[in-house]
Amino acid sequence: MLHVAIATRAFRRYSTYRAATLAGIFTNSVFGIIYSFAYLAVWRANPTAGGYDAQDAVTYVWLGQALLMTIALWGGGTTDDLAERIRTGDVAIDLYRPVGLVGWYLASDLGRAAYHLLTRGVGPTLIGFLVFDISLPSSPLNALAFAVSLVLAVVVSFAIRFLVASTAFWLLDQSGVKVMSGAFAIFFSGMMLPLVLFPGWLGTLARALPWASYVQVPADVWLGKHTGLDLLAALGFQVMWAVVLLAACQGVLRLATRKVVVQGG
Amino acid sequence: MSATGPLIDVRDLERTFAVRRRVDGRRRRVRDSVLAVHDLTFAVAAGEMVGYIGPNGAGKSTTIKMLTGILVPTGGQVRVAGLDPNRDRVELARRIGVVFGQRSTLWWDLPLRDSFELLQKMYRISRARYRDNLDRFVDLLDLGDQLDTPVRQLSLGQRMRGDITAALLHDPEVLYLDEPTIGLDVVSKGRLREFLRALNDERGTTLVLTTHDLQDIEALCDRVIVIDHGTSVYDGPLAGLHAQGGSSRTLVVDLVDEAPPVVVPGATVRRVEGPRQWLSFPADASAAPIVAAVAASYDVADLSIQEPDIEDVIRELYSRGPEPLDRR
Repeated sequence: MLHVAIATRAFRRYSTYRAATLAGIFTNSVFGIIYSFAYLAVWRANPTAGGYDAQDAVTYVWLGQALLMTIALWGGGTTDDLAERIRTGDVAIDLYRPVGLVGWYLASDLGRAAYHLLTRGVGPTLIGFLVFDISLPSSPLNALAFAVSLVLAVVVSFAIRFLVASTAFWLLDQSGVKVMSGAFAIFFSGMMLPLVLFPGWLGTLARALPWASYVQVPADVWLGKHTGLDLLAALGFQVMWAVVLLAACQGVLRLATRKVVVQGG
Repeated sequence: MSATGPLIDVRDLERTFAVRRRVDGRRRRVRDSVLAVHDLTFAVAAGEMVGYIGPNGAGKSTTIKMLTGILVPTGGQVRVAGLDPNRDRVELARRIGVVFGQRSTLWWDLPLRDSFELLQKMYRISRARYRDNLDRFVDLLDLGDQLDTPVRQLSLGQRMRGDITAALLHDPEVLYLDEPTIGLDVVSKGRLREFLRALNDERGTTLVLTTHDLQDIEALCDRVIVIDHGTSVYDGPLAGLHAQGGSSRTLVVDLVDEAPPVVVPGATVRRVEGPRQWLSFPADASAAPIVAAVAASYDVADLSIQEPDIEDVIRELYSRGPEPLDRR
């Protein structure tokens, strides 16, 4: 109940920035179009690259643009509020509350993600749908699985962003770590290039890292690349990272409150 | 918690912080530890209003953080309402309220009402109780017109009143106030103090007040704990601070004619200006014999007594330093 209230308020809070949202949809669409033409050129040269056909590739591009803000791939989202509150010491107030910090910020981030999905997600996708030949999920089950995968993608990304923000307890400022983490995310999520194109051991490694949950796994679920048990395994992979990383968040938080001075009086 | 035990029980509390220090001639920084709080023992009974004062860096905030469970003591023991604050932080959080003058506990982007509603859910306050409390505090603190205003648009005074309401909606047993009147104008300060006193009277809410504004203390607290260099240097009634601090009162004598400094037992002349003389005498001594002695030997036109300034008293206490350290 409380967490639903937190999520709806986060949704409402983000929805006040209308102009920024419109500008963002425009940017996502422009990048979607540029990437689409680039990918089409690649797949004209190699029509089965990574087991995708040209339509898969273009769909992948628009899924990536839709997910970019929804999962806050670059970092940011409500965990930026946390990092700022750690820096100023306001986090002390959060710690006075009879509610866990991780669940609190997760609920808030899910509210934010819902808003970004409906605007920065759906908006560019409509443009892509009008301009290019994008495939839709092949069955209601596939669509449902994608919805689950999307939520898990947000949770995994949240946990990593929470860990990045927590570094502020020790470093006072998250920005260096955030930039580094963002670089890892853009490369290993499959945002820049689908992980299915990564060769040999690099591909194996990339598909095992948590960032694969961000774009590659949801995209493959949407494209119907996983069926039956394989689909469960794909979602299970995301669940595994979500659980491990959320547990790490709890651990880091406990460590922080034990060892570290909360800033200021 | 036992019915007779103190609400807040602090024994031999200690907190050290590890710091790294640069030492000349060495390449690496040396690990060192700083005693932020040590040998701190006090107890607060339910319903007390206690002023917790001390200079910057004395260990006030560190103590409050340990009382509320967001900082683990490195030694000694803390019990609040029978709970170990750090171990039972979440449970304790339901029973305490915290107000910071310099930080808001409200959500910046949300209307005041939304913050209150989130708190209702967070503290699981029953709908009826919530309505009652909200109506009451909104009325007493005159917040009716601000309920739908986003917090970022409130004035400091309005925000502060919002923060106090937020801290009280769940009927906390203890309210910690950190510089609650900082930056407020005189009228707002007065109203806030009045409200806090009524809260303590009517609901028996225990108040622990950290402040630099000694008028807050004088208006609200029957008892003060003075902390300096991490430990308590005074714990007792406000009035007793005068004796402890070795402060003095001043007898201002207006003589009919100019005269050399008057000589009376128990008082010394500090200043002479024409027919007016300033005599100081210990704050805990009676003024009556001194007044009588002056009147018996001189022609007096007028007399008045100036009470010692509490700030001077505390400054005096601070400058003497903590006794426990000396004893070591």
